[in-house]
Amino acid sequence: MRLRTGPAGGQRREGILLMGRHVVLIEDEPNITEAIRFLLMRDGWSVDAHTDGATAVEVIRDANPDLVILDLMLPGKSGLEIVRELRMEGGMGALPVLMLTARGQMRDREMAEKAGVTRFMTKPFSNAEVLTAVRDLHAQAGQG
Amino acid sequence: MARDTLTGSRIRERRLILGMRQAELARATGISASYLNLIEHNRRRIGGKLLVDIAGVLGVEPSMLSEGAEAALISTLREAAADSGVPVAELDRVDEFAGRFPGWAEVLATGHRRIATLERTVETLSDRLTHDPNLAASVHEVLSTAAAIRSTASILAETGELEPEWRDRFHKNLNEDSLRLSESSRALVNFLDEGDTSDDRRGMPQEEAEVFFQENGFHFPALEDGSAGAEQLIQTAPALTSPAARSLAQAALTQYQADARAMPLHALEEEIQAKGVAPVAIARRFACGLSAVLRRLAALPEEVLGQEAGLVVCDASGTLLFRKPVTGFAMPRFGASCPLWPLYTALVHPNVPVRRNVLQQGRNAAAFDCMAVAWPQEMPDFGADPMYRAVMLILPGAKDAEDPQLVGASCRICPRQGCPARREPSILKEEF
Repeated sequence: MRLRTGPAGGQRREGILLMGRHVVLIEDEPNITEAIRFLLMRDGWSVDAHTDGATAVEVIRDANPDLVILDLMLPGKSGLEIVRELRMEGGMGALPVLMLTARGQMRDREMAEKAGVTRFMTKPFSNAEVLTAVRDLHAQAGQG
Repeated sequence: MARDTLTGSRIRERRLILGMRQAELARATGISASYLNLIEHNRRRIGGKLLVDIAGVLGVEPSMLSEGAEAALISTLREAAADSGVPVAELDRVDEFAGRFPGWAEVLATGHRRIATLERTVETLSDRLTHDPNLAASVHEVLSTAAAIRSTASILAETGELEPEWRDRFHKNLNEDSLRLSESSRALVNFLDEGDTSDDRRGMPQEEAEVFFQENGFHFPALEDGSAGAEQLIQTAPALTSPAARSLAQAALTQYQADARAMPLHALEEEIQAKGVAPVAIARRFACGLSAVLRRLAALPEEVLGQEAGLVVCDASGTLLFRKPVTGFAMPRFGASCPLWPLYTALVHPNVPVRRNVLQQGRNAAAFDCMAVAWPQEMPDFGADPMYRAVMLILPGAKDAEDPQLVGASCRICPRQGCPARREPSILKEEF
């Protein structure tokens, strides 16, 4: 599919209307955000991007997305805390969460799983990996 | 310390190693068992022909019994055996080894200490990778930028048709990120370099500071007469290469200076000549804390104090911050010490002076007069938990050592059986 939206991402609402697949991306690295936004939009997603950890839970609750992509180290609040809070909220217990992190150590992974992260991906990742993960998670959520 | 007072202990150890009963040895040397018992408990002096006879029956050189081998050396050899991980058949002959081949024993002990230092360095470095927030942030920055570059570059490379606005945008991002990556990776390299080139050559900062103190015999005349300050001494010390060691040594010297001002050398010398080594009397005379007195006494030259003196200082975690070794009292090089040290008794009873005669477990069972006290490191404030440190002065040759308290150095090399304070199993199976 060909996108007609520009880099500023001002027309994301159009995406929602067209596709109905909606992802919230919480990442403080603007260029990663931009690359992922581009990739997912090409894949038919509407993307809401947000940088601040402190208000992330609110943003996710309001957006009510099909999927969340979350960085581990965020200003304001860590990705792990955000996931824990999401899991305690009503109605978001099954929301698929893909966590991105620059530290791929075993301990981080265990902690992320314990907090309720659905899938874990270490930076630097390839675009294909991100797309595959997002598609898998969406498909699984659809079945469940 | 008069080593010959321990001849009896050595005879006893040697006899027990051979599994010989007191009566047997007494009979073989033509003395009564009760007399031998007195000798073995160091209540009778022994020398001359009897010593030669006993040594003959026990199969050792007489000098091994009268002089023994250096306790610290033996303790290090035991540690080396413990850490080697291979079953050492001749652990019971470590004394003999150190006595007969002191040079080789020293080589082995030095090698072992070096290994311990290196292991510690490795531990520190790996700790640093895991826990150093600056390093973690630095690595995070590099990896995040790499992730952004990788994603952006593959979009540019793999997407067939790309709108010019997106393409320009991604090119710009790529340019920014590559610049950031080169900066953050340079910062990372600098960060790693700075730590490794000078600091870790010699080992841990604390070791460097210890070497510095040892080279000076733990006494600094320039600080006594005020002819130089702590900073000057630090700057001119070749032993102190790393900034961390310099700051450790500076803290210790600053404390030294304050203690020396409170208790000037000459006045203190007179006080000791008049009343002996009486810390509480000294504290009263100079109106200072007992902790300062104990530190000060350990900083005096042996001829002023009239005897050797060791000192240990720990913080509230029990970690030894400062060590002045004393002959015969083994202090573990790394890791935790024996929790039975009066130092720790003092730590859990802040401000209460603790004085104990202790007998350190081991071949050369020697009694020490230990005086300890814990003091608040800073003036405690309302609403803040006080931070305590404890200090222990270790004087060899406890006088009334009738009922000494048994302590060890560290669990791994301590032979004491059924010890309630044991933290980990000992490598020593024998009972002494």
